[in-house]
Amino acid sequence: MEKRQIQYQFQEDHLINSSKNLFDESKLKMEEMVINLGPHHPSTHGVLRLEVLTDGEYVVDLVPHLGYLHRCFEKHAENLNFQQIIPYVDRMDYMAAINSEHAFAMGVEKMMGIDEKIPKRVEYIRVLVAELNRLASHFIAIGTYGLDIGATTPFLWMMRDREHILRLLEWVSGARMLYNYIWVGGLYYDLPVGFEERCTEFINYFEPKLQELKELVIDNKIFIERTANVGVLPLDIAINYGTSGPVLRGSGLAHDLRKVDGYSVYPELDFEVPIGEGKMGTVGDCWDRTYVRVLECWESLKIMKQCVKQLTTDHKRDRTFDPQALVPKKIRPKAMDFYSRAENPKGELGFFFRTNGKSDIPERLKVRACSFCNLSVLPEISRGVLLSDLIAIIGSIDVVMGEVDR
Amino acid sequence: MTTEEILAFINENLSDCKLTYNPIKPQDEIIVEGENIATVCQFLKENKTTYFDSLSCLTGVDNGPAKKTMEVIYHLYSIPFGHRLTLKVMLDRENPTLPSVTSVWRAADWHEREAYDLVGIRFENHPDLRRILSPDDWVGHPLQKDYEPEERYHGIKIKYEKD
Amino acid sequence: MDQNFGQGEIVISKVDDLINWARLSSLWPLGFGLACCAIEMMSTFASNYDLDRFGVFPRATPRQSDCMIISGTVTFKMADRVRRLYEQMAEPRYVISMGSCSNCGGPYWEHGYNVVKGVDRIIPVDVYVPGCPPRPEALIGGILKLRDEIKKETLMAPTAVENLLKEKTA
Repeated sequence: MEKRQIQYQFQEDHLINSSKNLFDESKLKMEEMVINLGPHHPSTHGVLRLEVLTDGEYVVDLVPHLGYLHRCFEKHAENLNFQQIIPYVDRMDYMAAINSEHAFAMGVEKMMGIDEKIPKRVEYIRVLVAELNRLASHFIAIGTYGLDIGATTPFLWMMRDREHILRLLEWVSGARMLYNYIWVGGLYYDLPVGFEERCTEFINYFEPKLQELKELVIDNKIFIERTANVGVLPLDIAINYGTSGPVLRGSGLAHDLRKVDGYSVYPELDFEVPIGEGKMGTVGDCWDRTYVRVLECWESLKIMKQCVKQLTTDHKRDRTFDPQALVPKKIRPKAMDFYSRAENPKGELGFFFRTNGKSDIPERLKVRACSFCNLSVLPEISRGVLLSDLIAIIGSIDVVMGEVDR
Repeated sequence: MTTEEILAFINENLSDCKLTYNPIKPQDEIIVEGENIATVCQFLKENKTTYFDSLSCLTGVDNGPAKKTMEVIYHLYSIPFGHRLTLKVMLDRENPTLPSVTSVWRAADWHEREAYDLVGIRFENHPDLRRILSPDDWVGHPLQKDYEPEERYHGIKIKYEKD
Repeated sequence: MDQNFGQGEIVISKVDDLINWARLSSLWPLGFGLACCAIEMMSTFASNYDLDRFGVFPRATPRQSDCMIISGTVTFKMADRVRRLYEQMAEPRYVISMGSCSNCGGPYWEHGYNVVKGVDRIIPVDVYVPGCPPRPEALIGGILKLRDEIKKETLMAPTAVENLLKEKTA
């Protein structure tokens, strides 16, 4: 056999001789470059804009720019009465509209002093639909996180399963995404006949799918390589920046307002608060945050099962039951300052109300948005990471720009 | 700990800060002088009895040109002890300036920028006090009670009416 | 045009029909979402509604896309960017305004100081899809409507210019 001729062989001397002094180490220039990420970018989850200062492939510093979806929620709240604000609350965190409604309605009910009188059936229905919506929100979080780091399958799977939830909720409220279902003092309608059975069907359908998802995504070698030990958020920094929800729990603190404050009927339900344990790397990395979301899906299914059981046994459907019985004709709380909060899929959603007692329009309504606080930690944890890991970190924080900018 | 106990505890240790207890229902609060707010917050966070390690919410409120005041309201929460506290600072509407608490909680950073952007309260010693939600060249602070939007922004009509 | 295939080896058609057929069968939109409607747009692209059936597949850059789906509220801070993205797209370009917010300001029409009251104040719009947010079926309907519009296009004698000329002379 003829010996193969190598046409070209790399020799260092040739390179150095070809252009003298060019490759002298002292003459190599380091230059920092500003990269503009967003507001139109497929993996910034909406209209987030980041100004990234990079050194080669490394992120040196970054400045988030918000406000590309600032829809003036607080201005609307100062001009509309409490019942009319609820559709705008939906449009803040549009992934989890019912959870936001629940938080808002609860705050107003506490101000009116009717929060103790709400019938148990109403509360169980609220928790049931809120947990359904929490699942839908986590589906989007996990699905788009897959897209961000290069896997298309989880997105398609999660959207397929989310559609089942949307159909259930559409049956309840008439809308696919933004429901306006929970009213101050009650609900829009009772559950449709047969909803409980369909819910049980969904739970039975979804449990094996969730296991499948865990095996496909969470335990996937490629996924672990991309997310473990990336974007580690230590607990003290997480608390100092005011993060909450899966971001805080991923850092290892079991702080869930459903347990801590024990609002609605959550004290009567049995569920766990999953926390990040650093199984694949360090506590508080991107993998932990995503894993906490998947575990929370299981807890939500558990809560839903108990709610369905309660709704079919102790608090059964009743011909005389009127979900709007306690809805006040005029919502006019006394003059007060009131801060109320609840656990959304993304963290602690707080409402600060100021009422003057004379009108049914709040004088000031400030939203403590969970994504807003969670996003503020981004520059802190993404200094020094690779540019591709920055995308992984943004995805793991799971921001909704509608809520960040309001 | 109730708010009254916390107030007594602060008075014991920080004698030169003037604090007032405001027993409104259902959430009572402590009114703090503007220049002392950073000191009080630092104290509340760092000692072992109160340990308010997280700032839940920071609200800027404009009370309108008739009352001529603005307010900043701090909602503190202590995760290990589970108690909460409301602090309030009253400001003059003509010159709403107070020290920033960014050095105490980094969470205050964006909240203060938002209060500056929407209400127009200025925080001293803030590392980066810019507008956060409105565009950089926006005129006015939208959540002030006497705010009127401009006619046009970059040539686009702001009001709903047709051109 | 579609029926002509399969009948023989030679297809005789007008250039107009050929070009229009090519344009409407692969309508690649610019894949960017603004607000709530973006989630409905995502579910339309995903498994259940599957926009790939119509040859619609999102592209990440305006240079490669033919069509722009304004999915959500356009704020004044975003307005300049939307306009720039539109200008970066190559001709022929189409715009679908999805949802009430981009049609007319939607629920934010009265007090929304930072919301553009209708994206047609910035860029020309071909199809408006109502709803808050529109169902995926509605978005598909909007895309079909746009395909119908493209079908009517012609290289010769642009009717819009003719009409304008008529108005001027009249």
